[in-house]
Parts: sequence; C-alpha cells; structure tokens
Amino acid sequence: MNVSEQALNEFRQEISNWLIENNPGDPGFLLPESFMEVGTDAQFEYLRAWQRKVYDAGYLGMAWPEEYGGRGKPQVFQDIVSQEMARQRVPFMTNTIGLNWAGPLILQRGSEEDKKKYIKGILNADDIWCQGFSEPDHGSDLGNAQVKATKDGDDYIINGSKIWTSLGSYAKYMILLARTSNDGPSKYAGLSFFLAPMKVDGIEPKPIKKLTSEFGFCQTFFNEARIPANCIMGNEGEGWQVAMATLMFERGNVGGQAGGLAVMDINVNDVLELARRSTRNGKPALDDPLIKDQMVQFLIEAKSNALMSARAKIPALNTERPNAIAMSGKLRNTELKRRFCQFALSLQGANGGRFVSTNAVDGGKWQRIYFNSFSATIGGGTTQVQYNIVGERVLGLPKS
Amino acid sequence: MSNIIKFTAEQSMLLDTAMDFCEKNSPINLVRSRIEEDQSLPSDLWLAMVELGWTGITIPESYGGLGLGFSDLVPVVEAMGRNLMSTPLVWSAMTANTLVKAGSDKQKSHWLPKLAAGTIGTMALVETDGSWVLTEPTAKGVIEGESILLSGTKCFVHDASISEVMIVSVQIKGEARLVLVETSSFPATALVREVVIDETRRCYQLVLDGIEIPAEQLLPKTCFDEIEQAAILLLSAEMAGGHASTLNLIIDYLKTRKQFDRFIGSYQALKHPTVDVLLGLEASRSHLYHAATMLDNGKDEEKDVALRMLKAVASEGFAFAGDRAIQFHGGFGFTYECDAQLFLRRALWCQHQFGDETHHRTCLASLLLDG
Repeated sequence: MNVSEQALNEFRQEISNWLIENNPGDPGFLLPESFMEVGTDAQFEYLRAWQRKVYDAGYLGMAWPEEYGGRGKPQVFQDIVSQEMARQRVPFMTNTIGLNWAGPLILQRGSEEDKKKYIKGILNADDIWCQGFSEPDHGSDLGNAQVKATKDGDDYIINGSKIWTSLGSYAKYMILLARTSNDGPSKYAGLSFFLAPMKVDGIEPKPIKKLTSEFGFCQTFFNEARIPANCIMGNEGEGWQVAMATLMFERGNVGGQAGGLAVMDINVNDVLELARRSTRNGKPALDDPLIKDQMVQFLIEAKSNALMSARAKIPALNTERPNAIAMSGKLRNTELKRRFCQFALSLQGANGGRFVSTNAVDGGKWQRIYFNSFSATIGGGTTQVQYNIVGERVLGLPKS
Repeated sequence: MSNIIKFTAEQSMLLDTAMDFCEKNSPINLVRSRIEEDQSLPSDLWLAMVELGWTGITIPESYGGLGLGFSDLVPVVEAMGRNLMSTPLVWSAMTANTLVKAGSDKQKSHWLPKLAAGTIGTMALVETDGSWVLTEPTAKGVIEGESILLSGTKCFVHDASISEVMIVSVQIKGEARLVLVETSSFPATALVREVVIDETRRCYQLVLDGIEIPAEQLLPKTCFDEIEQAAILLLSAEMAGGHASTLNLIIDYLKTRKQFDRFIGSYQALKHPTVDVLLGLEASRSHLYHAATMLDNGKDEEKDVALRMLKAVASEGFAFAGDRAIQFHGGFGFTYECDAQLFLRRALWCQHQFGDETHHRTCLASLLLDG
C-alpha cells in the first residue's frame, strides 16, 4: 500500500502531539531502562498503564491484522510511532517479549485459535509474556536445555527450572523451550516449544535480586506442573527450530514486531551531555584533557558502529566477509555501552561512589545503568562467546 | 551528523579492477626484491597503470583526466595497500590536485595533461622537525626580480628521484606558499634517499639551497587544508588495504600452525585479539568510505571531523594488527623473512604521517567538545 509523503508527515505531527499531551511524566521514582529491569509493582503498574493507553489510542500493533486486535495499517505508521517515542524519550512498552518476540511468532506460526486467544492481550498489556529459554546450568549453551516436558494424557508435566525470567512474577504466559525426549540424533532434536500458562500449580517464579540490589528477573521453578498439551507450538522435536525463529524476532533480524519503543535508549550523546554539565575539582570536567580524550574516543567508537551499519548495506563493500558487521553487532554495541556507562561515573568526582538515592548525580541513574549494562554483555550469548562465534564463523578459525 | 556512505558502480568497478591488477602484479616477493631499487615498480607496470586511466582519475576532463573525485581514487589506493605496492600514483595525484586547487591557468594547462598521461609528480611538505603543521615551513623562498631563490631542507619526499615535477612548501615574505619546481633544475647532490621504517617506500631528503626557479612558478593560491585532507584520505586507504592483508596473514598462520597438537587459532588467547583486528578493519573501511563521500560532497566541518576520525581509527587499527601479526607468528615473527614485519613497518610509517591518532583526537576534541 502506498502512502503519500504528506499523509506520513501529517501522521508524524499527530503522534508527536499525542505523545506530548499524553506523556505520563515523572512518576517520582526511577523508571527501569527496559523490561528486564522492572523490579517493583509501582514500576510495573505505571508501565502497564502507559502501554494500554498507547494501544487504546491506536498507536501499538498498527501493522498487525485488525481481526486479532491490530490496526491493519502499513508498517511505516508504526515505525513513525517508534521513532517519535524514542525522540521524545517517553517510557518504553513493557510487554516486550509479547510484542516483539512471542506476538510475531504466533502471527507467523500459530493457529487461528492461538491468534484470537493471545494477540489482543499482548497489545493491551492484559497478558504479560515472559521467556523460558536459559537454565541455571545452560546459559550460553541453549540447545542443551534440560527442563523436562512429559506427555500425560491431555497435558504435559513440566519439571526443572528456568532462569533470567524477566517479568516472571507478572507474566500470564511463557514461551517455553523444554525437553520432550533424550533419544533424538542430536541434543536439539529432543526439544519442544510451548506457549505455556504461568498461573498453574507447580510453577513458581522466584524473584532474583540483581547486582543493582533491585529485582527484575526470576528463577522459575517447575514442580510437576501440568500445562495443556495443545499449547505446544509445532510438533514435538521442533522446539529448536521455533526457538531460532523466535531469536530472529528477538535480534531484529526479521520484521513483524508490534513496534513501539522497547528500551530506554542511552547513547554516547547522553554521556556527552552529562560530561558538559559535570565538574571535577570544581572545574568543568571537559577542561581535563584526559577526560576530553576519553570522551572523544567514545564518540569515535560510536561513529564507527554507526558507519559500519551504513556500510553493511553496500554489498560491494562487503564481499570478503559479508557477515562480519552483522555478526559482530551485539559484541560491539553492548561492550561500547558498558564502557561508556562506566566512564559516566568517572565524570562525577567523589559522587561516582554514590548509588541510587536523591543525592546521587541524576538520582544514581548512571551507576544503575552501568550495572545493568552487563545484562547485554552477558545475556543472549556473552561477549566471550560472541568472540568465539565471530572468530569461528566469520574468520574461519578452528573451534576452541 | 550524517552517517552517509556513497559507493557508486564506478567505484565498485575500480575496486574490482584494482584488486585483480595489484594482486597479479605486486606479489610480495617482488615487493621484497625491489626494496633497494629507486623504483618500487618495473616501469612497464607504471605504464599499465597509466593506461588503466588511474593517473587521471582526479584530473578534470578539460585537462585530459577522467574528472572523478578522490572517492574514486580510494578503491585503487586501497587495493595497492593490500599488496604493499608503493607507486608514485598517490603523490602524483596529490600534486595534480594541488595544482587544480591553487595553480595558475598556465601551470594547470602545462602540467595537468602531463600528469594525467603518466608524468610523475610529488610534493615536499615535511621538514626535519617532523611537525605535522603544514603551514609553518622553515624552508625559504626569496623573490629576486624574475626568480625565486630557495633554501632549507625538506624531507620524506616520495619518489623524488623519478619525479619530473614537485610542489614544495616554503616561506615567502613570512607566509607559507607553494612553488612548483622541475627536478631537472636540481644539482646532483640535492636528493638523498632516507632510511625510513617502511622499506617499501622511496623517500628522499631534498636540500633546496642554491636552487633558483622562475618567479612564475609560485602558485597563486595555497590549499594546505585540502592537501592535508587528501593526504589523510589516501594514506588511510593504503592503511585499510594493508590492515586487510595483515588480518589474512594472521588467519592463515592461525589455521595452519600447530602447537601442543592443536592449531594455534583454536586458542582463545589468539582468537579473540584476532577478532579485534577484524573489528578494527571493519571500522577503518567504514570510516574510509564515509570520509571519501564527505571529502567529495560534505560540508567543511563534516569533512574535517570525518577525516580526522578516519586517520585516528585507521592508524590505531593497522598498528595494532601489525603488532599482533608479529607476536602471533612467534619466533618466526621475529625474523626478517616473516612478512609480518613488512606490514608492521608499513603501519608505523602511515601512523606517523599527517598526524597520529593522538594528534587527531586532540583536534577532534576542539571540533566536537569546545563551544
């Protein structure tokens, strides 16, 4: 469907005005930076209400089919909403796993019944989703998942535990990767994928206190938990394949997500802005030549990443190792963020030693962001595993 | 600021042609065998490059060139860098560009068609104190009637012994100016080959004392910023090429050399820094083609930022690659026979010309953080 330039400009103006008028404003407590950091009921309720408001106004799931709760519009409208949300720095959409991973997966592979049952609740935040992939003993080695699903009549009985379940205490559903067999030709062949209900006897999400001293993740224990057999997605043994399809949505390799802002974006320009208003020993921090040089190095590095994304789109400049830029993206971006967040503390003098509290610079936001930045350098395959992946798959070096 | 990279079909074709040509014609044993010679290339190879049109890429069509931009020369220079070629192409193009920007009509119409047709030109900008500031030459020019008397010493003049024409920076009446000198006017002792860390380069010291040129050989204008920017772009193109080959050299060794019954590339202590060498290369090439785009199309400040970032990234990355290439070759890496040293030497040369990373970061600090 072709949309005129004028219609798009008008829409951008419309959403921009709407966001200005409806921005929920300062809640009086520090908001999380992403769905992975929602640690208190107050944060959760604030964010859930905000998502619902955006959906009710018609600005979420705009490109999803109308019959399931979407708005049936061209994707470009949703993209404009996401851009404006990022630009105005409004809070993010908290049901991220539903909106961006489980939702598009259900639309792609689910039955008609699945779509009718799940999609609307994802969009209006009635039904919060969580993800059960990682296990305490199998973090980076996802294919080795050991949580058991045993068929028993019309149910599967689930045993074991999953970890890093963001929003686990609030979730109604989980996308669950579990082992239905150990007999297959490979470890992957015994895995199955479920759209599992969470409010079931024998499923207990236990909040984990993070290094920030906040909550936000759970370890989810399954103890003889019965879930209906028909919540399996695909057939037994197809779990790895469905999980990989999910990761394609998670990593943004394919489109189809509901859209909306997913994380509170912190970039190098925010650190620059902090640097401009910081003092060290009573003088502007940027008067210190060493601080200046470090700031410049971060600006260069951020520019490198942006330019790599631009070059990745030009095949003639990527003939030798076409995947190098894409496959190193997570590694580069998450490590850079971790380091510039650490640098943000060194702009604060002795106050670098404070933590989340009213006397801290920006309420302690930077200390908390630095700590939370490890979630990205560790989650989704640690930096060290990423180095192996790039070394082996891009450079062809022998396996470690 | 924009993150634009333009790469045209023309550039793509030039890159393919140049990659093939340089790989075929500049095998590493040829580069090594010619280190002692005055010319890095057999003359028929230079003629072949002229025939491919490379010497005319940046020269306007009205003067017999192809009328393209520096962004079209970049793929060629990158390909040369991959094969450690040191041809007079870069400095001939720099000479032509300086004439285009600052020369008189007469100077342009006399020299540009010749340069396009393969006459070799070069530039004498640097002096013995090693300063990167091009606008403060201590070499002098004194105008006497219809002549200019030159004095002082320039260094690192590329391919001076085979150049026919040279643009020299000198101080005239307290101002930095550019003069055009024909090398046929040099006394025999004017040029001495210098010992430089990159042995594949032919660099000369030029003693100007006693050289007299006609006053009309003074360039009417100066263009030191443009000279610096073009030099940074082309040096960085050379570095990106050398960096890519250094990475390949490391990978080949890591995949074939065994210690403790395992390929050494399976050890993460070698694998992970090699990935860093790759990431440095991807960054360099991205900055390179962005800066090339900016140099031909960008606004002044965008150009300045893009080029300084490029030089900082390319220098640091290539020097790191060369350094790790030596280390990862173990005992063999410590020998002259191992090619890793050729690349490290190339990296160090390029790193220290036209500003190293610290210099450019200092400039970037004023551009990006002040005001």
